[in-house]
Amino acid sequence: MSWKQYAQGLRRGLPVGMGYFSVSFGFGALAAANGVKALDAALISATNLTSAGQFAGLTLLLAGTTLWEMILTQLVINSRYALMSLALSQRMGEKIGVLPRLAIAFFNTDEIFALAMANPEPLTVPFLLGLGGLPFVGWTGGTLLGALAGSVLPGAIRTALGVMLYGMFIAIVVPPARKERNVLAAVALALVCSCLFAWVPGLKQVTAGLSIVICTVAAAAVSAWLFPVKEEEAAD
Amino acid sequence: MSIYVYIAAMALTTYLIRVLPMTIFRKPIRSRFLKSFLYYVPYACLSAMTFPAILSSTNSVISGAAALAAAVFTAWRGKSLMTVALVSSAAVLVTEGLLAVLG
Repeated sequence: MSWKQYAQGLRRGLPVGMGYFSVSFGFGALAAANGVKALDAALISATNLTSAGQFAGLTLLLAGTTLWEMILTQLVINSRYALMSLALSQRMGEKIGVLPRLAIAFFNTDEIFALAMANPEPLTVPFLLGLGGLPFVGWTGGTLLGALAGSVLPGAIRTALGVMLYGMFIAIVVPPARKERNVLAAVALALVCSCLFAWVPGLKQVTAGLSIVICTVAAAAVSAWLFPVKEEEAAD
Repeated sequence: MSIYVYIAAMALTTYLIRVLPMTIFRKPIRSRFLKSFLYYVPYACLSAMTFPAILSSTNSVISGAAALAAAVFTAWRGKSLMTVALVSSAAVLVTEGLLAVLG
C-alpha cells in the first residue's frame, strides 16, 4: 500500500467530498422531515453512495412499497454504473486483482468515475481507494448532519431544504440539455411521460417507483433508437 | 417489513451493478443501442423524478414552481450544483414568506 498514492487520491477527491456534503445535507434534511431517523438516513448514504437512487429509494420507502419494486427501481436508475464500471475496469488494466476491485467498485459514483478516468497517470489501488475516501465521508457526514438539523430546524427552512435535491438534479440535466439536442430530446420525452403518470386518470394509480422506471426506460430507449450516440460520448 | 430490509436491498442492488462489470463481466459493450441507452438513462431518470414532483414538494404549487424556475435559470447560466441547489431553496423560502404575508 503506497500512502503517497493514497494521499494523492484523497486530495483529488476533496472537492467532490465538499460538493457531496452540501447535497447530502439536503437528502438528510428531507429524510428527517419525513420521519426517518438520522442514523437510518446516514446508513442509507453510507451503504448506497448514490444520489438519484437514494432519492427514489426514499420516496418509495415513504410511500410504502414492495421489495421487488424497490429492487427494480434501483436496477434501472443505477444501471448507468454498470457502464462506468466496465469503462473503469478497462482503464485499470489487468494488474489490479479481484479483491481490490470489490472495494473500488463500491465507490464508483458519477463524479469519482470522472476523476479516475481523467487521471493522467496509470491507476493504482491506493489512489482509487483514496479517491473515494472524502466523497464517502462527505456524503455520509452531510446526510447525518442534514438529518439532525432537519429534525430541529423550523418547518419553513425544512421545506426549503427539501428542494435541494431537485435543484441538484436540474443542475446536472440542464447544461448538457442546453448543449446537445439529443439530450434535450431525452429530457423532453421523460418529462412528457412523467406528466402523463402524474395527471392522467388511470395512469395516476401507478406507483411512484414504477412510473419512474417506465419513463426512464421509455425515454432512454426511444432516444437511443432515434439518436444513437457516438463512441466518445458514450464513454463519458 | 423493517426499513433495514429495504435499505439492504437498495444497497445490495446498487453494489452488484457496480461490482459485477468490474469483476466478472469485463467485456466491453459492443451494442451501440445499449451504450446509447445507458448514456441517456441518467438524464431521463433525473428529469422524470424532478418534474412534476417538484411542484408538489413544497407547501404550495407556487413555491414549487418558483424553485423550478430558479433552478433552471441558474443551471442554464452554468452555475455549480451547490449554487443551483441553494438558489432553488432560497426561492422556496422567499416565495412561501411572501405567500404568508399576502395570504
